[in-house]
Amino acid sequence: MKAFFSKLLKKLKFNPFSKRSHLKIGLYGPPNGGKSTLANRICIDWLGEEMSSTSHIAHETREINVKEQVTLKNKKGKELTFSLVDTPGIATRIDYEDFLKRGMKKVEAKKRAKEATKGVIDSIKWLDNMDAVVVVLDSTKDPYSQVNITIIGNLQARDIPVLIGANKVDLKRSNIDVIEAAFPQYEVVGFSAKYGKKIEDFYDQLFKLVK
Amino acid sequence: MVTFQFVPYHDMENLSSAKRVNKLLKIVKDERIVLMEGRLKKQEEVDLIEITMEEISPKFKGIELSVIYPDKSKQDPLQKIKGVFANVLLGDRTGMTIIGPASVVKKIEQNPDKIELFTKESRSTKRYRKKRK
Repeated sequence: MKAFFSKLLKKLKFNPFSKRSHLKIGLYGPPNGGKSTLANRICIDWLGEEMSSTSHIAHETREINVKEQVTLKNKKGKELTFSLVDTPGIATRIDYEDFLKRGMKKVEAKKRAKEATKGVIDSIKWLDNMDAVVVVLDSTKDPYSQVNITIIGNLQARDIPVLIGANKVDLKRSNIDVIEAAFPQYEVVGFSAKYGKKIEDFYDQLFKLVK
Repeated sequence: MVTFQFVPYHDMENLSSAKRVNKLLKIVKDERIVLMEGRLKKQEEVDLIEITMEEISPKFKGIELSVIYPDKSKQDPLQKIKGVFANVLLGDRTGMTIIGPASVVKKIEQNPDKIELFTKESRSTKRYRKKRK
């Protein structure tokens, strides 16, 4: 019953218990898409400090990280204040032996795998708390993975606005067209979170996402 | 050897969401690849990932999952009406779900026209191709 009313109020875009400043925007996606790099880029640009640690080894983020009161300003001077939620990458398989191959010791690899599985579960549980989601994809990789389709399909079913961020456009193999073709019903914005390339386009789209 | 197990729609239609997910996961944990007629509900797909993560162990390393589903936007109005009637009478059997254990299936690559299933069974990678209708 509670879920029904919550969904109804969301559809009517009316929630008497929440203020605009309590918006939660989540960064979701598969591991190593660049969610934490994007979170850092946003925080450096608007708060002057980093938010999360990043690594080329998958599952670096294994806990939900929340940065409260991030305020963006657009060219017209309009402000957008929200809580930024950086989530662990969602995967369907986690093998500690993959971490061994990246030079980790067995104990460390097993610990990382265990934490990564818990991280995926937490990411899924937190979906309910999100007001809008940026799905961060690596634009050099094939977007037709079931994890991507499942995340986006589930957000759609929950009526959560979605923006697809095609990250790593600085790389030669980057191909935004493939991502646009895979998810034609969604706005796709390309950028490089690492180098800040086209990041202004991303901020513009973020304003449109939650307006 | 790779074993595929077909799960027909009528085996799943009367089960609760939890039982559906558990049934599929049980097959996968027996190192068989599921070929299920139709698809899970969106929430069930997420539940499948969540329960898979809860059951990860040194023996069970997860799953590879893929769903083939026709693009209904390309159907003409008559096909859409037929589809609606068929769904009402027979249930939504459209599409096919493939779930394999990560210990057997290296990856499943999917694009709109085909899926490619790469197994870990032999040294040379095997490919099974299924053309979409």
